[in-house]
Amino acid sequence: MTSLVIAEHDNKTLKDATAKTVTAAQQVSAPVHVLVAGSGCAGVAEQAARIAGVERVLVADDPAYAKLVAESMEALILSLAGSYDAILAPATTNGKNYMPRVAAKLDVPQISEILKVVSPDTFERPIYAGNAIQTVQAPSGKKVVTVRITGFKAAGEGGPATIEKASAAADPGISKFVGEELSKSERPELTSAKIVISGGRGMQSGDNFHLLEKIADKLHAAVGASRAAVDAGFVPNDYQVGQTGKVVAPELYIAVGISGAIQHLAGMKDSKVIAAVNKDEEAPIFQVADFGLVADLFKALPEMDEELTKLGY
Amino acid sequence: MKVLVPVKRVIDYNVKVRVKADGSGVDLANVKMSMNPFDEISVEEAIRLKEKGKASEIVAVSIGPQQASETIRTALAMGADRGILVKTDAEVEPLAVAKILKAICDTEQPGLVIAGKQAIDDDSNQTGQMLAALLGWPQATFAHTLELGDGHAKVEREIDGGLQTVEIKLPAIVTTDLRLNEPRYASLPNIMKAKKKPIDEKSPADYGVDVAPRLKVLKVTEPAKRSAGIKVKTAAELVDKLKEAGALP
Repeated sequence: MTSLVIAEHDNKTLKDATAKTVTAAQQVSAPVHVLVAGSGCAGVAEQAARIAGVERVLVADDPAYAKLVAESMEALILSLAGSYDAILAPATTNGKNYMPRVAAKLDVPQISEILKVVSPDTFERPIYAGNAIQTVQAPSGKKVVTVRITGFKAAGEGGPATIEKASAAADPGISKFVGEELSKSERPELTSAKIVISGGRGMQSGDNFHLLEKIADKLHAAVGASRAAVDAGFVPNDYQVGQTGKVVAPELYIAVGISGAIQHLAGMKDSKVIAAVNKDEEAPIFQVADFGLVADLFKALPEMDEELTKLGY
Repeated sequence: MKVLVPVKRVIDYNVKVRVKADGSGVDLANVKMSMNPFDEISVEEAIRLKEKGKASEIVAVSIGPQQASETIRTALAMGADRGILVKTDAEVEPLAVAKILKAICDTEQPGLVIAGKQAIDDDSNQTGQMLAALLGWPQATFAHTLELGDGHAKVEREIDGGLQTVEIKLPAIVTTDLRLNEPRYASLPNIMKAKKKPIDEKSPADYGVDVAPRLKVLKVTEPAKRSAGIKVKTAAELVDKLKEAGALP
């Protein structure tokens, strides 16, 4: 009874999502092996070997895996699948891309975005944008699962696990990576940040986001946005928190100028503490906020900044 | 080139879903149903390709109850040419949907399938990828822009850190993300015209696909509710309260 976790990384750094998926995997089927597929990713394999509970790390180091392209990942994972009872990946855009291909080829249903492992074959997952929670039982046979990483704590440090080479699978050669445009930011990533401060339509322009950024830098927070702010062109789409954007569950979520549409709440309502600033006291965001401030954000944000400075941030 | 567009009938985007008291599912009685929003984007993209002379025919497919034919009619009114309704009252899981679509692709031989990235009811985000795997075709999921070339497509994809561009050989599957386009509304004349467009009626058995669910839904429950907290008077007080609550580093 062994499970295989597919690592999320950028060939240099292992993402936190991997250790969280390991936690889920341990509850499904232990021991846990981790597959690091990438290019020049030996360092990532060493990081994976230090996750507690990981018995073995398989490294497939080949240019074909540099960007975790779905068609190549399908072939690689299928070549290893025979030895495993369960295959798990974080529900990142990568995991969502390649995992259903693996499930289809294994002729098993995929269980998407699990929030909780109830028992080794039973899972909780959100449906209707998190407005309902479904408990599903998988049939016997291999389990293919993607993991909503906000539902699990990262496994701690341990090991080191043994590191083995995995041979690359024949590449299907039907798709290729051309390029990417990644948002450059010194701030933490939205999905792993401890504090997130997001702006909505109330910010009025992209330039005004610097008011949020000033506070974000003091608190080492990530900056997010509502769909309305993204659609209005204030910030790029990878800032979007919500049903169709990123799902976050930080220690503190600060919503500024966000009314709190259902689709936004779906992306942040599992945050530990929620604070909201909005000039409309009827805004639905106040129904989920632990601390609400009815105020003009253009006055409130500089005041918050000043208070933080006073407190030594 | 023929373009195939799968469309799903789901609870309308604006309806607040209610979980049934007995935990068996979500209440669908007397609830407004519409086309899955991501599928509308797929239909729109297919029509734009046709308007640019890059697609010759658009076939809309829906798998579901008799009423799913209304969803196909919506696609036809937007500009699709004909429909295929695969009629079943069962809840069809993504893998079975992909198997039916594969069988349809085998006979229809489309050059491109444009599917929504996920349906807003089960939020599975699987069908397009599964179909691609079963056909052995490449995929470009979460499409932000789509550009058709000679025998290939160049697709910008929405990924966690930004945008990624991939080039895929045709035939292929593209799944749509929110910002690929803004779907049009069907005009009244087009709604009238759509009534005359053909819809073929089939059943899963016609394609030799067993749609019996493999996953067992044990229960459906309401998510944990959050309750409103307190209102503070000033920004300084907000910061102080957050500090007291241990929410600041």
